[in-house]
Amino acid sequence: MIDTLRLTAEEATGMLARKEVSAAELHGAYLEAIAARDPELHCYLRTVDEPEGEGVPIALKDVISTKGIETTAASKILAGYVPVFDATVAARCKAAGMPTLGKTNTDEFAMGSSTENSAFGPSRNPWDPSRVPGGSGGGSAAAVSAGLAPWALGSDTGGSIKQPSALCGNVGLRPTYGTVSRYGIVAFASSLDQVGPVARNVRDCALLYSIIAGQDECDSTTVELPEPVRLPEGDDLTGVRIGVPKEMNEAAGIEPGVAESVRRAIDLAAELGAEVGECALPHSVEYGLPCYYLVAPAEAASNLARYEGVRYGPRVDAEGYYSMVERTRDAGFGDEPKRRIMLGTYALSAGYYEAYYGQAQKVRTVIAREHAAAFERFDVLVSPTSPTVAFKLGERAANPLAMYLSDLLTIPSCMAGLPGLNIPCGLSEGLPVGLQLIGPQFSENALFRTGYALERALAFDPVPERLR
Amino acid sequence: MAITRKEVLHVAKLARLELSDQELERLTRELGAILEAVGKVAELDLDDVPPTSHPLEIVNAWRADESRPSLALEDAFANAPRREGDLFRVPPAT
Repeated sequence: MIDTLRLTAEEATGMLARKEVSAAELHGAYLEAIAARDPELHCYLRTVDEPEGEGVPIALKDVISTKGIETTAASKILAGYVPVFDATVAARCKAAGMPTLGKTNTDEFAMGSSTENSAFGPSRNPWDPSRVPGGSGGGSAAAVSAGLAPWALGSDTGGSIKQPSALCGNVGLRPTYGTVSRYGIVAFASSLDQVGPVARNVRDCALLYSIIAGQDECDSTTVELPEPVRLPEGDDLTGVRIGVPKEMNEAAGIEPGVAESVRRAIDLAAELGAEVGECALPHSVEYGLPCYYLVAPAEAASNLARYEGVRYGPRVDAEGYYSMVERTRDAGFGDEPKRRIMLGTYALSAGYYEAYYGQAQKVRTVIAREHAAAFERFDVLVSPTSPTVAFKLGERAANPLAMYLSDLLTIPSCMAGLPGLNIPCGLSEGLPVGLQLIGPQFSENALFRTGYALERALAFDPVPERLR
Repeated sequence: MAITRKEVLHVAKLARLELSDQELERLTRELGAILEAVGKVAELDLDDVPPTSHPLEIVNAWRADESRPSLALEDAFANAPRREGDLFRVPPAT
């Protein structure tokens, strides 16, 4: 009997190596769990019944192209689209022998913080199905927490890996920009998009990162890792300098229960030997969100221009070419992509470019410099990942600006291209609280080391209480 | 910084979106609120700050200029809504 709620990918790898279980049995155990729990949670847009490969299976966010398996980015404008090639990350998982379990739900084009923007219906939080799993990668995060996948891949533009992991109580890494290929990923905002792992614990997360990371000749923004990924093992944090940015930990909107859990984790880090000190990121929190909501929509408006009903996707017929394109796009895009296309097009249009997009790019420099200054004194910065625990479905759906605030604390480091790790650090009102660890570019090993030591000391049980 | 319905209509044209009247009205309201929030970036005096367009300092990442097979024609057309011979069929652009 395989307990998919508890089994880690590392344990599963061991079981396969010792031939205690076959890859087909393992895959079957997850499909059974999916059949039992996914009708309620809706983590998957589609599953793969026949495993290909002899390794530990994986769930892939539906923005990742999978040859022969429909890939929609949860948008009607890609309904029926079947990629003719694999994204590099999907190919690397295949090369590692990992069968695909299925494609997970997301906000449409990864635009959102709750999966409520999916054209195919929202996913639900395994800790409380009346609440959202976060977004955009809520399907991947909820699947891992509900034992519907041992691990998964997500993509993160402004928090789409870290925030769902926080709300679902698992481990998610947004890697350093450029360390993981985006070839074959449905593009949202290209100067920000990153693919990264979601897992039940820090070692699984590091293992999956080591499988997908590294330069890819099909993505000219990728680089080779400066050092190999090390699976973390120690409990000791001696010599690790942890900075607590005041603005990130005292921002308005952080729930008291969230602040308290994070505070306890910071105290624990000090007990484990870390040197803890305060620091400041005066502009990063205050201007990060406005900066992001100019840069990301501008790039999205450009990236989403390719959906015009000519080369792929459904088409709405019309007499002339331009009305065909305009009708296809109006029918195919949901509210949030339209909002961002409009915002981005406006910010890039003649007369407004310098004031909006140009200025936002300068703010981006300010944010990067502030973080660089903090890293002169500290190795890792900590804060809550999300200001709140999982919120109710519908609670923020009608107010775009309220939804955008969900990513207040994840966005600044994304703007600077920095890696960020979420680990669960406790419960507030019975729901998981996420701790965000941010490091300088290429500091994933330091984040894994810190995250692992804290994970052991915190002894958080990642299985949702109602499923134990 | 409010945005007018006329401006929204113009932007929709640039973005190639045929919006319904209802969408136009809602977006005029929503974009007005969002633009007011993101307009905050104007508060900072950043005349001497260079822009960041990309978070890594990579310049000119070229690969070797060698010919290799590209996507097969059948694959390129596999998802096309309409095909005629080896062409994507679209209505006339008039």
